[in-house]
Amino acid sequence: MNTVNDRSRELKPFVPSPDDDMLICRCEEITKGEIRKAVHEGMWTMTEIRRYLRTGMGLCQGQTCAKLVKAIVARELGVSPAQLEPATSRAPMRPIEMRVFANERKEGQEDA
Amino acid sequence: MKRYDLIIVGAGPAGLSAAIEAAQRGLSVVVFDENEKPGGQLFKQIHKFFGSKEHRAKVRGFVIGAQLLDEADKAGVEVRLNATVIGLYQDKEVVVRTGEEICHYKGDAVLIATGAAENMVTFPGWTLPGVIGAGAAQTMMNLHGVLPGKRVLMLGSGNVGLVVSFQLLQCGCEVVALVDAAPRVGGYGVHAAKVARTGVPFYLSHTIVAAEGEDCVTGVTIAEVDSNFAFVPGTEKHFDVDTICLAVGLSPMSQLLKMSGCKMEDNPKRGGQTPICDALGMTSVAGIFAAGDVSGIEEASSAMIEGRMAGIAAAYYLGYMDLQEREEQIARLEKALDGLRQGMFAPSNRGKAIARTQEDIAVSESLLRKGYVADDEIERFPGVTHRMGVHPVIECTQNIPCNPCQDACPKGCISIGSNITSLPIAVEGADCINCGMCVASCSGQAIFLVDEDCGDGTATVTLPYEFLPLPAEGTKGIALGRDGKKVCEAQVLSVKSAKAYDKTHLLTMRVPKAFAMKARFFKPKIFRCEEA
Amino acid sequence: MGERIAEHPILGVLEKGEQVTFTFDGKTVEGYAGEPIAAALKAAGLMVHRYTQKEHKPRGIFCAIGRCTDCVMVVDGVPNVRTCITPLRAGMKVQTQYGTCKDFLS
Repeated sequence: MNTVNDRSRELKPFVPSPDDDMLICRCEEITKGEIRKAVHEGMWTMTEIRRYLRTGMGLCQGQTCAKLVKAIVARELGVSPAQLEPATSRAPMRPIEMRVFANERKEGQEDA
Repeated sequence: MKRYDLIIVGAGPAGLSAAIEAAQRGLSVVVFDENEKPGGQLFKQIHKFFGSKEHRAKVRGFVIGAQLLDEADKAGVEVRLNATVIGLYQDKEVVVRTGEEICHYKGDAVLIATGAAENMVTFPGWTLPGVIGAGAAQTMMNLHGVLPGKRVLMLGSGNVGLVVSFQLLQCGCEVVALVDAAPRVGGYGVHAAKVARTGVPFYLSHTIVAAEGEDCVTGVTIAEVDSNFAFVPGTEKHFDVDTICLAVGLSPMSQLLKMSGCKMEDNPKRGGQTPICDALGMTSVAGIFAAGDVSGIEEASSAMIEGRMAGIAAAYYLGYMDLQEREEQIARLEKALDGLRQGMFAPSNRGKAIARTQEDIAVSESLLRKGYVADDEIERFPGVTHRMGVHPVIECTQNIPCNPCQDACPKGCISIGSNITSLPIAVEGADCINCGMCVASCSGQAIFLVDEDCGDGTATVTLPYEFLPLPAEGTKGIALGRDGKKVCEAQVLSVKSAKAYDKTHLLTMRVPKAFAMKARFFKPKIFRCEEA
Repeated sequence: MGERIAEHPILGVLEKGEQVTFTFDGKTVEGYAGEPIAAALKAAGLMVHRYTQKEHKPRGIFCAIGRCTDCVMVVDGVPNVRTCITPLRAGMKVQTQYGTCKDFLS
């Protein structure tokens, strides 16, 4: 296990930064400060951050901000972004209406 | 559930190339693409490609795209558009949205060729309308014929930033500055030089402080950064712009691979999360392949070769080809791929500062810091010589994999040799017939035909010109230097256009002979950018 | 500030669909059938596609290939339509989207 998952270690205290109000997740309108604080509140993985703040959970599904969020979290944890596991990839990969998602083509129906 | 031998996700250069190879060997192949049109980013690439003949060098990207589609069609590849793959499950079950329904398909092999997504950078105001990705600018102007803006600031000096800046100039936008936080230009020097000579200033070691505007961008402030990328106070510069273009790198769009359980790694040299693949593009999951930018950011030329390799590997995996045939085919493709991965910009050199060329010539520092080769640097390169009469001046100063100029000259005036990355040499004793093929064939627009002394105190310079309107014969204007600044008065002698030049016009201007080796661009007295 | 490229030095004159009209917040705008709604808006100089839910900030075209979803608008009564990849049709009713448009979804 890498240091990312070693929850017994202490992080440096949270210090406010002048660019904490910078918007990072464009869809859900989450700022850098909110992400930094979340790390200090115990959200150490990309999946936790995503569930806690909804970064990358908006319409675009993190396609714009994922790398930015990862860099911020890594910096706060004092690790390299490469050491952080990206958030889970799961279907649907693209925004899709529930009525379409649930509308599976029946067996035996031919391609249009 | 409908079954295919090979399901390909992404109808870009890699996906289509793989589909062609596989279909030609009898596999049933389907390619899904979420877009309305196939070809990936190829149809937005309007510049001539680098490489050699086997890489389709000096052919424009959108033409290569059309050729690939034609080839795929002949091979019987089924391309499904507006078909969004939303999941890749165990046992290679591919879930696709088409129209208002969801369909499941089973592939005996699956190739992921989903390409890349643009990286982003934040600054106050980065969400304002008018701040766009460089890809968006390309899409707007080259696919939809709509100007992205009138006054544009470009952030990023990699090949994307440089190429898109030139494209903006070509459709009549003004590029007020090309900015990069890095201390050196990231892309090909020839791409930078063709932008710089039109008068676009380069600001290396600078980045955006803030974008301004209420409902959309009206201005931008940049400032110098130190070696820790912190702003240097007092260095702020302001520009009135309506558009800010971001070209700060690409990341592989590898989520489908991760979802399917392929072993992944975060590899900065490849641009981010990439699958761990064998030499033929097979991931850790047997029968799932990856090719193109999704397996590591490179050029479209290499993506096409990787795609072909993956198509062949899939054919072998499914028993459509014996080992010997596979080895023969792969050896041929590997050689082509190796050719593209040589030189100063090879993936293995990423992030390294290279001080000398393969020929042991000091590289142009000015090119790296300002975007153009300085007048006192240009003479040391082997393509730059002085002759009586018209002769080519080849301002190609970096080792990049490209050699069309060598084949273009019917008289053997230009030599690169067998090593595709060598600097072109102006061959001693060969007679230039002023045909202009070298000028038009150079993908980097780095070759000029110069007659240094016409005997009447003037010289002529022939340069590649890809702008509209074409100046008429006799038009008076000014000649710009490599740095984009005025060097002297100039008059257009002729503008030659030919099918073989492929939309690159050859503009010949007359200048005082003292400026023969300095004048490199022609600007009519009224340039299109300034009309507005 | 929007403008169309009449003739491109490399691509020539782009083929366009039929010229059509549509409405943007009630005003009549011209465009070409089949081009993305966003392209028609941009050509007409219209930059703001929506205002965000929390901060009420303007957004417009950002990626232009359907990824970022910043250009979503209400089209023919349907919210969250990615205008950069949705083809324009004659008579479309295009509206600025405010927030997430929960009202439309209920």
